[in-house]
Amino acid sequence: MSEYRIQGATGEWEVVIGLEVHAQITTNAKLFSGAATAFGAEPNTQVSLVDAAMPGMLPVPNRECIRQAVRTGLAINAKINKWSRFDRKNYFYADLPQGYQISQLYHPLVGEGSIEIQLDDKNPESTKTIGIERIHVEQDAGKLMHDQHPTMSYVDLNRSGVALMEIVSRPDMRSPAEAGAYLAKLRTILRYVGSCDGNMDQGSMRADVNVSVRRPGDPFGTRTETKNVNSVRFVMAVVEQEAKRQVAVIEDGGTVVQETRLYDPDRNETRSMRSKEDAHDYRYFPDPDLLPLELDDAFLEECRASLPELPDAKRHRYETALGLSAYNAGVLTADVETARWFEALLAETAARAKKSEAEVAKQASNWLISELFGALNKLGRSLETSPVSPAAGAELLALVADGTISGSIAKQVLEKMLESGDGAAAIVEREGLKQTSDTGAIEAAIDGILAANADKVEQFKAGKEALFGFFVGQTMKAMQGKANPQLVNELLKKKLG
Amino acid sequence: MSVDTATVAKIASLARIKMTEAEIDAMVPELNGILAWVEQLGEVDVTGIEPMTAVIPNRQRLREDVVNADPQTGGDMRDAVLANAPAAEHGFFGVPKVIE
Amino acid sequence: MTELTDLGIAALRDGIAKGDFTATEVATAFNAAVEAAQPALNAFIVTTPDKALEAAAKVDADRAAGKPLGKMAGVPIGMKDLFATKGVQTTAASHILEGFVPPYESTVSRKLWEAGAGMLGKLNLDQFAMGSSNETSAFGNVISPWRRPGDATPLAPGGSSGGSSAAVAARIAPAATGTDTGGSIRQPAAFTGISGIKPTYGRCSRWGVVAFASSLDQAGAMAHDVTDCAIMLEAMAGFDPKDSTSLDLPVPEWTANLNADMRGKKVGIPREYRLDGMDADVAKSWDDGIAWMKDAGAEIVEISLPHTRYALPTYYIIAPAEASSNLARYDGVRYGLRELPEGAGLQDMYAATRAAGFGPEVKRRIMIGTYVLSAGFYDAYYTQAQKVRTLISHDFTNAFREVDVILVPTAPSSAFALGEKSADPLEMYLNDVFSVPASLAGLPAMSVPAGLDRNGLPLGLQVIGKAFDEQGVLNASLAIEQRAQFSARPAKWW
Repeated sequence: MSEYRIQGATGEWEVVIGLEVHAQITTNAKLFSGAATAFGAEPNTQVSLVDAAMPGMLPVPNRECIRQAVRTGLAINAKINKWSRFDRKNYFYADLPQGYQISQLYHPLVGEGSIEIQLDDKNPESTKTIGIERIHVEQDAGKLMHDQHPTMSYVDLNRSGVALMEIVSRPDMRSPAEAGAYLAKLRTILRYVGSCDGNMDQGSMRADVNVSVRRPGDPFGTRTETKNVNSVRFVMAVVEQEAKRQVAVIEDGGTVVQETRLYDPDRNETRSMRSKEDAHDYRYFPDPDLLPLELDDAFLEECRASLPELPDAKRHRYETALGLSAYNAGVLTADVETARWFEALLAETAARAKKSEAEVAKQASNWLISELFGALNKLGRSLETSPVSPAAGAELLALVADGTISGSIAKQVLEKMLESGDGAAAIVEREGLKQTSDTGAIEAAIDGILAANADKVEQFKAGKEALFGFFVGQTMKAMQGKANPQLVNELLKKKLG
Repeated sequence: MSVDTATVAKIASLARIKMTEAEIDAMVPELNGILAWVEQLGEVDVTGIEPMTAVIPNRQRLREDVVNADPQTGGDMRDAVLANAPAAEHGFFGVPKVIE
Repeated sequence: MTELTDLGIAALRDGIAKGDFTATEVATAFNAAVEAAQPALNAFIVTTPDKALEAAAKVDADRAAGKPLGKMAGVPIGMKDLFATKGVQTTAASHILEGFVPPYESTVSRKLWEAGAGMLGKLNLDQFAMGSSNETSAFGNVISPWRRPGDATPLAPGGSSGGSSAAVAARIAPAATGTDTGGSIRQPAAFTGISGIKPTYGRCSRWGVVAFASSLDQAGAMAHDVTDCAIMLEAMAGFDPKDSTSLDLPVPEWTANLNADMRGKKVGIPREYRLDGMDADVAKSWDDGIAWMKDAGAEIVEISLPHTRYALPTYYIIAPAEASSNLARYDGVRYGLRELPEGAGLQDMYAATRAAGFGPEVKRRIMIGTYVLSAGFYDAYYTQAQKVRTLISHDFTNAFREVDVILVPTAPSSAFALGEKSADPLEMYLNDVFSVPASLAGLPAMSVPAGLDRNGLPLGLQVIGKAFDEQGVLNASLAIEQRAQFSARPAKWW
């Protein structure tokens, strides 16, 4: 992959990117209170006295939040700090009832780790390691609504106090593509671990994008931070727009101001957020309502033992143990739901065929990627909402494997399965799609085709062997796709030979 | 270290306490008196001493992840949460319009 | 016959249990005393006579039904207005919380009600518990029931639990809750000739107590004597899973184990507390205390707490720092005062609300706290103070290897006149010089009346104990109480 460069008027520029990703930790209750975290509740119904910062209310941490952050840390091979602490970040805003956010500045729960990103899905060797500086746990803020009343903003504290992980990368990315790949890979890992649902459209995951530019080889330039970017595509757009903007500023003789910016997707540009620039003195200090968090070995061991097979390991296993192509392995492991679906399909297919998983893996993976994905795509559905279950898919594959139907009939059957939700065998039976091995009928069809295409028979016999496929196709067509292809082959060879 | 009126004004702004110039002027010597007095701490040799984190040896407990396990710290109490609000409408707290 | 209002917790509870009088009679008598004294003493911010009667009626009914009665059954008490009380205005004596009616009950007050206590009202205090004289309340000064003989100058009841101390000393409440951050139970107890105990940090839940400085705040009991304090503290204390800093320990039976025999015990006398220019009467009262301890059989050991002189400056960095953050929630959005000048934006509203709602001392401490935490100063002030705090705590740990309890004066003087020290914040802060070190180390400490000074005003002695050893503190205090024979009472002028 060639290096990404911004072509400025005065030469080439390199872009330097770091991401701070806020990921909502998947829990039932909030970080420091027992209020629920479900998305979409009526305003202020998921707010406890603690979340509303009533006088005398106190925080008590939720074990699951700590556990999921530790498991996430382990999944990126990070150092877990057995001694960590919560700090207060003090500032005044209407979405922050306490007047401070409980976060971790001085002693985060998770220290240094890394993530490997794939830069080319056809070439698994093309990878880059992105450093992760830390993961800390903190409270989310509430939500302001500005369009409900002419002179007032409305405050909903349902999100106030929901647990977030802030995952801080090193400034290791050098192109929009790398930033996008990093965010996508991070999302994949979080979903595998189960520590975050990764629903970016519901705000479960959002990124602050730090961008600076420099002449290749120079020290880092001044960075800007574009807040709350909520899709992979937007992150890539922010990097591109912000880098171009900064190059233009510098080349016009100006200097880049260290500031907070906002991305406007409609205009595809970033703009300065002056309202938050006012006072950047957060007066962090250890929260005196909380004690240092000390984790014991048993806790860490449970976190480790409960980790699933992670995407990189799974992809490697699919390639080596199952013999899948790098591309297929990459596609199937890119999301935990896809991998889960595939593994269920694989197990069922192998069981039906009384074969090992490795022996049926190619058939199953090819069908999933080229047939089912395509069909679902046409319907505008995803695997998660697929009307066809892994077991139903395996039933269909078994019918192909044992010669009951051909591959082309299987496509038709799949369409009918998606429409009706019925099983493959029932559809084949009802529609009379069973493959025929009736030699007499096939021979009659072949005879008809050879007679109608005497010229081509001549050419074939003169050595144009490629025409064999033509005869197969015509025979299958005449048989409405239901002829056993192997038998067609055999009989054609005999008649032409 | 001592503070001047500009510093006191900045601190008042950080603390979101509106102060008149006269109030700021009056606070300058008061704060300087207190700061000069607390600065005697600088003479204490604290080499190798950790800042205090927990005054009494105690371990941070962790709660189970159960919604509304204790009704006193759970949700589903919007009316109670909004009952004392100077401005509450349609289930929201109201604040002067914020332009972001 | 002794009036009901002369009785303390044990006498009232036992009298009700025996049927000498009813809880309703008790509540009625104290309600009347409160009403009569309120205009002169201003000890209460709100009175709740109906709450007292309601609790009394329940106790009387329970007794009639033969049900078991609680530790505080039928005892009406004053509740410092720092404890959130469900359905009853809770203000921390600040205009910014005026009208705030909590939809919740603090753990400590709930435990007291569950033990059968009733509420006479919410007691006045220094605003957000910041003060040593009760002059920072937005609801007016509390006037001490004590006066210098032949002198009507109003005196300070101490602070911040000044409403509590005044009410108990005036016998308009048999007992009251207090909170102690740097001496706010002990100093007012000493000023008014009553007993007050601050337990080990974490014994009493902070849930529902308006926070001043989280790492120091601790609730405690204020009552006539050591036994009453022990009874009340048993009812208040106990593990609360809603407070991360709560101690997960059973509550000992302090009352049943009270024992004034000090034989085999060592009492430490820290030389650093003997300040140059110490008030002669205070010094004498300390010497009396030492003699009483010896008389009780204790061995006196001179000890050193070398970092004592740094305790006050340490406290005046840590407490304001925590307060500046704890008080950020008073912003006019969810409860309390809102000042919204014409055309004000959100941040203007905050600044106007906080300017109008907080008193001068609260503002001063928020300013100090904001400054010491601000960028560039954090390490020099806050981190340094937390390190010195570690050293102060180590001093006590070392001392307690040698001794069982430490005996010192509670305050450097007897009660001063209102207005006498309020002009100079530093002079006021110095009043906490003997009480702050134990607060910084989270240790249990108690003040008991030791006698009167040359002005006829009470002086207190302070017993500081090891962490978790409230029993040792109570026992040594009882030994002093038995020997001091303190029976002076303010002449009723109100």
